[in-house]
Amino acid sequence: MSIDLIIYLLGGLTIGSALMVIISKHPVRSVLYLILTFFLISANYIMLNAQFVAIVNIIVYAGAIMVLFLFVLMLLNLSKENEPKTSLLVKVSALISGSLLLLVLLAVFKDASFLSIENEVSNPNHGLVQNLGKLLFTKYVLPFEVSSILFIAAMVGAVLLAKRDKNIIE
Amino acid sequence: MILSTVFEAGISIQYYVILSAILFSIGVIGVLIRKNAIVLLMCIELMLNAANLLLVAFSSYFEQSDGQVFVFFIMVVAAAEATVGLSILIMAYRNIRTVDVSLFNQLKD
Repeated sequence: MSIDLIIYLLGGLTIGSALMVIISKHPVRSVLYLILTFFLISANYIMLNAQFVAIVNIIVYAGAIMVLFLFVLMLLNLSKENEPKTSLLVKVSALISGSLLLLVLLAVFKDASFLSIENEVSNPNHGLVQNLGKLLFTKYVLPFEVSSILFIAAMVGAVLLAKRDKNIIE
Repeated sequence: MILSTVFEAGISIQYYVILSAILFSIGVIGVLIRKNAIVLLMCIELMLNAANLLLVAFSSYFEQSDGQVFVFFIMVVAAAEATVGLSILIMAYRNIRTVDVSLFNQLKD
């Protein structure tokens, strides 16, 4: 089995499961297909020599964010019956506009040439945790700290918003 | 340890660009055709992942780690967005007992 075939198979499966996310009527099924999509994207990362990002993608997305989505779905007790329906006109127009966006993107990138960056040494071990950690704590240490502030803000906001006490919100 | 890349095996960078464009468009179509607010948030995650895939592909193509560091920051933003978005949804559900985005129209009148 050649590597090309594996890559194309992975790409096709990723697109297929992403399509199933938006086609599935039941929201829980959508979440499960989205988890499958994230696993397939992680497989793509591994094929691209980005091993650490692949593992982090599985832990953070499939492990944390999607579990949060599932918890909220269970909490809200949604069923297939009260799933909101979209009219056919909206569906068709959304499909047309989305396809137009895809067409424009493909037309733009079809003939684009992606030249290499000058004066930069390439590193064959670029996806390993040693390089990423070094880069994260030297060149990108300020964005790293800012993202921790963002996390604190998001945490406080989530706790405040989801609190049952009405006096805080009003 | 020298690892051979998929680009040496004959896959062009255009393939990943097109794959990301398709995934992003699927996310956009999902946002447009679904009315369940939780599914909308999931489609936004799908679009963010398409951007992540493109960043990782270019990082691998140029053999530079910078793109993968940006993927971490996108993940941070996605996690923060998901938690705040879901808590807003829980609050809205508690008040009007639905997650249909077309019924979130109380500011209109």
